[in-house]
Amino acid sequence: MMLTNHAAVHRHIFAVLVENQFGVLGRITGLFSARGFNIESLCVAETEDPTVSRITLVTTGDDKVLEQVHKQLNRLIDVIKVTDLSEEPHVDREMVLVKVHAEAEIRAEVLRLAEIFRAKIVDVTPKTYVLEVTGDEGKIQAVIDLLKPLGIKEMVRTGKIAIARGQRML
Amino acid sequence: MQGAEIFVESLLKEGVDTIFGHPGGAILPLNDALYSGRVRHILTRHEQGAIHMAEGYARATGRPGVVLVTSGPGGTNVVTGLTDAFMDSTPVVVFTGQVPTGVIGNDAFQEADIVGMTRSCTKHNYLVRDVHDLARTIKEAFHIASTGRPGPVLVDIPKDVSQAVCDFVYPTQVHLRGYKPTIHGHAGQLRRAAEMIAAAKRPVIYAGGGVIHSGAAEALRQLAELTATPVTNTLMGLGGFPGVHELWLGMLGMHGTVAANTTMDEADLVIAIGARFDDRVTGNVEEFCANAKFIQIDIDPASIGKNVQVDVPIVGDVKACLDRLLEELRAFPKDWRGEHRAWLAQIAEWQLKYPLQYTQEPDGELMPQFVCEQIYEVTQGEAIITTEVGQHQMWAAQYYHCLRPRQFITSGGLGTMGYGFPAAIGAQLACPNAIVIDIAGDGSFQMNVQELATVVQYNLPVIVAILNNHSLGMVRQWQQFFYDGRYADTSLEVSPDYVKLAEAYGAVGLRATRPEEVRPVLEEAMRLRRPVVIDFVVKMTENVFPMIPSGGSIKDMLLA
Repeated sequence: MMLTNHAAVHRHIFAVLVENQFGVLGRITGLFSARGFNIESLCVAETEDPTVSRITLVTTGDDKVLEQVHKQLNRLIDVIKVTDLSEEPHVDREMVLVKVHAEAEIRAEVLRLAEIFRAKIVDVTPKTYVLEVTGDEGKIQAVIDLLKPLGIKEMVRTGKIAIARGQRML
Repeated sequence: MQGAEIFVESLLKEGVDTIFGHPGGAILPLNDALYSGRVRHILTRHEQGAIHMAEGYARATGRPGVVLVTSGPGGTNVVTGLTDAFMDSTPVVVFTGQVPTGVIGNDAFQEADIVGMTRSCTKHNYLVRDVHDLARTIKEAFHIASTGRPGPVLVDIPKDVSQAVCDFVYPTQVHLRGYKPTIHGHAGQLRRAAEMIAAAKRPVIYAGGGVIHSGAAEALRQLAELTATPVTNTLMGLGGFPGVHELWLGMLGMHGTVAANTTMDEADLVIAIGARFDDRVTGNVEEFCANAKFIQIDIDPASIGKNVQVDVPIVGDVKACLDRLLEELRAFPKDWRGEHRAWLAQIAEWQLKYPLQYTQEPDGELMPQFVCEQIYEVTQGEAIITTEVGQHQMWAAQYYHCLRPRQFITSGGLGTMGYGFPAAIGAQLACPNAIVIDIAGDGSFQMNVQELATVVQYNLPVIVAILNNHSLGMVRQWQQFFYDGRYADTSLEVSPDYVKLAEAYGAVGLRATRPEEVRPVLEEAMRLRRPVVIDFVVKMTENVFPMIPSGGSIKDMLLA
């Protein structure tokens, strides 16, 4: 009845409600580094209740690792609730700001792409545009793939945030 | 009321009678408030000594041990003890002084970010920034340390907070929305467990420290006797089941008995109770109990299914779960003993064939196992035994058969050399009338030898029994087996004269070098009721057997 060592690795999104206090994020990142868990992205901000912060954490691992991530997070006193959103219908979004090369004939192409992906141009110079793109993982990746050949100068991503679909609340 | 007085009043509310500590600049207001003597403060000679004493106190009583140390090095010196308590689920509350809030982060004298440093080795920790939060924080700290899976909690108190003034109101309740340990096991799972136990042909109970923490020793005994199921203990579980019981197999794991490890290997059902499948127990998990299904009862969900996949996981307090499980099992009209007769007979055969054994030297050289056996006989199994870490620890575990819980106090998870002597001091303060013996190695004893001053200052009748083999024996044993006899850095050729050392501190020093001297020396030590160090000069090259090499399985077991 042993666990297999070569189990499939999955990516999961955890929504973690925590006490809105200093040091809490340190406890969580410390836990991940101490136990060798991955963090692909991590987003944190206050919720509708100012005493509670919500962390959206994307991590990878096999089933055993993901179970330990869930349980070890729950062991922290400042963690109020842990939900594995990957196990239920949910919406996830990420925002990216991309500073892209935009001179001469490329300018129009960038604009066209922005329009297709419903991205906003939020900063303009004679040589660059800054695009704001929001979407799920597939859309973000597609935009990046298409902008790359045109010349991405700088890019910043928020990391994923996610929420359960339907009437259920955490 | 000043913060420092709030601290003392809060300790009294928590029923604390003894704390262990070492003063310093940032903690001075708290030491000053203790000058009244309303809570006994034991002055240790090193902060590491203080926290191991607190652990010993906690393990002997089940109540949190309390530590008071200063900022900076005072805090960093307790990190080992915090980690030790975290691994072994020992309830400890540590108060550290901190530099005043206004200079935190400025690299002030004796400043250390102790809250940041100890996040990963405490169950929880706090920096108290406002005196109004102090009483509530202390209340929460004791609650967290002593409930659920117990563990260490650190409270860092800046000097200006302990000097600030506010009204003292001690909360009656704790509100922690992120901390609600599950006490009662899932009824359906408990029923499944009972059915599985009833269906098993070759069951075994694998019981750990959780049995002791939850006060479930009696329930465990009832479970074993009702279902005629043999019991093996982890190192941390020793004393959780009577070491003289006919159903007891001895300790399991790397240095466990042949009967315990073989029974686990042949079992069709392993009932893990308050035990966490540590690698020193399982060896190679792929081959561990290959024929068995698993039931696991533990209060810590993260300990379930971490190393070994479990068929029936039950999260809850061991005592509460066992009481419920016993009710379920009593409903089975079963001749348990009759059905397990062949299984128990088989186990008895293994026990008979492979007892723990060693050979006395014909020239009368003293054998360490013999010393442990004699300690057991002379104390009639009634002493509180603490140990350091190494060969002597395993011999103590093998040859001292504990009769009741809280009798065997050792560093299991972290393996902290230097643990046993201060732990013995803490246990003796908690149980003044008990015979407390630290079975020590010469290497380990030197790691907190400074506490001889403490034991003399408070005139505690702690007996330190050094199994002196003039080497770091367990490491030497590994060098012999796995490093081709290359004994790098394990010879303690320069060592103090332990008799003179004891005497220099004002303790009694005794020595035994031959088997016939062991019993008289022990009887003398017990009669004195004073601090005693006994130097048992034992055979240097003796090894601990049985041994399953690290990462191995039962088929790799070495018997001699």
